[in-house]
Amino acid sequence: MINLTIDNQQVAVEPGTSILEAAQKVGARIPTLCYLKDINVIGACRICLVEVQGAKTFIPSCVAPVAEGMVVRTNTPAVLKARKLVLELILSDHPMECLTCLRNQNCELQDLAKEFGITEVRFDGAKTEYPADDSSPAIVRDPRKCVLCRRCISVCTNVQTVQALCAVNRGFDTLISPAFNEKLADMECVQCGQCSLVCPTGAIVERDDTAKVWAALADPKKHVVVQTAPATRVQLGEALGAEPGSIFTGQMVAGLRRLGFDKVFDTDFTADLTILEEGNELLQRVTNGGTLPMITSCSPGWIKFCEHFYPDLLNHLSTCKSPQQMFGSLVKTYYAEKEGIDPEDIYCVSIMPCTAKKYECQRPEMNSSGYQDVDVVLTTRELGRMFIQAGLDAANLPEEEYDAPLGISTGAGEIFGASGGVMEAALRTVYEVVTGETLENIDFEVCRGISGVKEATVQVGDLPVKVAITNGLGNARKVLDKIRAGEADYHFIEVMCCPGGCIGGGGSPIPTDIDIRLKRIDATYTEDERMALRKSHENPAVKALYEEFLEKPLGHKSHELLHTKYTPRGVNK
Amino acid sequence: MVTCACNASNDELTKQLDRIIDPYRGNPGGLIQVLTKAQNLVGYLPRRVQVQIAEGLGVSLQEVYGVVTFYAFFSLIPRGRHKISVCAGTACYVKGTKMVTKTLKDLLDLKPGQTTPDSRFTLEIVRCIGACGLAPAMIIDGKDVHGRLEPELIPAVLEQYA
Ligand code: SF4
Ligand code: SF4
Ligand code: SF4
Ligand code: FES
Ligand code: FES
Repeated sequence: MINLTIDNQQVAVEPGTSILEAAQKVGARIPTLCYLKDINVIGACRICLVEVQGAKTFIPSCVAPVAEGMVVRTNTPAVLKARKLVLELILSDHPMECLTCLRNQNCELQDLAKEFGITEVRFDGAKTEYPADDSSPAIVRDPRKCVLCRRCISVCTNVQTVQALCAVNRGFDTLISPAFNEKLADMECVQCGQCSLVCPTGAIVERDDTAKVWAALADPKKHVVVQTAPATRVQLGEALGAEPGSIFTGQMVAGLRRLGFDKVFDTDFTADLTILEEGNELLQRVTNGGTLPMITSCSPGWIKFCEHFYPDLLNHLSTCKSPQQMFGSLVKTYYAEKEGIDPEDIYCVSIMPCTAKKYECQRPEMNSSGYQDVDVVLTTRELGRMFIQAGLDAANLPEEEYDAPLGISTGAGEIFGASGGVMEAALRTVYEVVTGETLENIDFEVCRGISGVKEATVQVGDLPVKVAITNGLGNARKVLDKIRAGEADYHFIEVMCCPGGCIGGGGSPIPTDIDIRLKRIDATYTEDERMALRKSHENPAVKALYEEFLEKPLGHKSHELLHTKYTPRGVNK
Repeated sequence: MVTCACNASNDELTKQLDRIIDPYRGNPGGLIQVLTKAQNLVGYLPRRVQVQIAEGLGVSLQEVYGVVTFYAFFSLIPRGRHKISVCAGTACYVKGTKMVTKTLKDLLDLKPGQTTPDSRFTLEIVRCIGACGLAPAMIIDGKDVHGRLEPELIPAVLEQYA
């Protein structure tokens, strides 16, 4: 252990600990801006300066390791003054647009300005005037609000291994952007929004589509239906000020009704449906010698990643559309027919923890109903804003139930929100379909948790089914490279684009870190346990859908409405 | 040796670049060396050259572009024989950076980031060059400072550079 003194208090920490972390142990909170635990530790902004006895200059505490006998002061007047100067220089090149900024009241720069007691900016320097990039359906970049912390680059490069962004130029002229000022929409960016999740300011935000939804709700001709993704119920509370891990299912349904949606349905329903289609596709591939391993296809950021970086592996992808898109095509066919509503009048809104879903719904092939199947996607953050704008005190709303039939679901659909959930749901069903026996213990603990690559072998009748589960695209790469090398003998692989799965998606409430992800995962399995039915093939509404409309899994109608194709895209095109 | 290959056909250029890349194929650590050699070959680093290097070394185009734009030594545009760097630091800006760039545009039909068709001049805008007392100023070929510029004085300055 290393012994040192911080603000006159003795503390002993592991070697390699940063001064910043050591200070936390003695209750000294040092402000940070570029630092993001485990993700970005580069010492770029110098907001975290401290005084170290014997050092000639102040030291950035987030990158400086502790040393034996070190004497650190974190809050002398001189230190505070130095930090304030750093902040004022950042602010001198910042548009002060808090009132009209999506990150108003949820911005680390704004918080610092408040904490440091900034009442004026003494320097009136040149301002960077790089134009915004709003080419992407998912996210909008406004470099004027960028503080050059490089968190976005770190997450995109190291976690997602997409590397869509780089620091262009140097010094004052630095710009965070794709090469050659390319638009995000025209290059390999997979629209996952992880950058928007880590950006401390409003420099990268989700595209705000709430106006479209308000307009649809105001239009008396429109029959406005909404579907909510599994993860949203364990996220919405946070967007409204509740503790991470809060479950807001019934409150969310009640609030959506009060906002004026004609029907409140659930993506969990089509998650169950996905299990039937995808489970049967897997069995078919195993029996008929089809391409294995088969890989899940629910996560649109992952799909785009595969199209760009592993186009040679596209035939490994399940042909199943994502639950969101299955829902969209069914609501404008099955549901429209059943209710006698002209599909043209149906406006389908999705609430998703995901920015890539905004991109997915605009893909040209997502028009199986003859219309754009899903009209608009809102992230959990945007739904939170709508609740606030409408004065809905969600915590005190009575809990309500989803509408039938597209709101009826099982615990298996619900766990799609957590990494490993699709696999677990599939195993619950495939086991019973193949063996004809009832599964005794339906909790597949091996599938759960946040680790990047999980592997398991599950005995299903005579067949030992080998599975792998990855979350975060950097982890997906590890398994994909194995497939390329011919070293993967899995049958089935679940890939989720975002770390932790959808509960950590790019449209999640901010902040989202590992601890918060874990709490949302716990909440997800709590929801699963609360459900009366926990196996997709037991969902009565799904059974009825097959009887009344689809006939059978992988049948003709299914292929038309529920399955899709992929496009090899490559890189640097 | 600096050879200019900007007139080589595309296929020929691709082959020559491949010969530069080959020793570093799949090795991101060779990026700076490869870029330096490629610039010596081509004269500058256009997108297609950067793409070929990125793919050869197994890095993203963003990685390459970030390095190219970080070092002033690398250029994204064909370079003329002489580089005019007009100062847009605060002192110069106040005293007439705009006048200087407008005069250069009138005389040479040249905008910042461009090279004249006869490859004589390349124009760029830079931050303070440390000659604030001589504002407005420009520096040619990275060494000759020309200050207290006025529209009438600029043609004589340019004549010194063939
Ligand atoms: S990014 Fe933050 S500080 Fe900047 S305008 Fe938006 S809320 Fe204000
Ligand atoms: S959306 Fe995802 S892929 Fe695109 S820049 Fe952001 S982190 Fe990178
Ligand atoms: S865009 Fe946001 S995350 Fe990226 S460098 Fe700028 S401020 Fe940091
Ligand atoms: S937080 Fe330490 S340098 Fe930015
Ligand atoms: S401002 Fe032009 S030389 Fe300093």
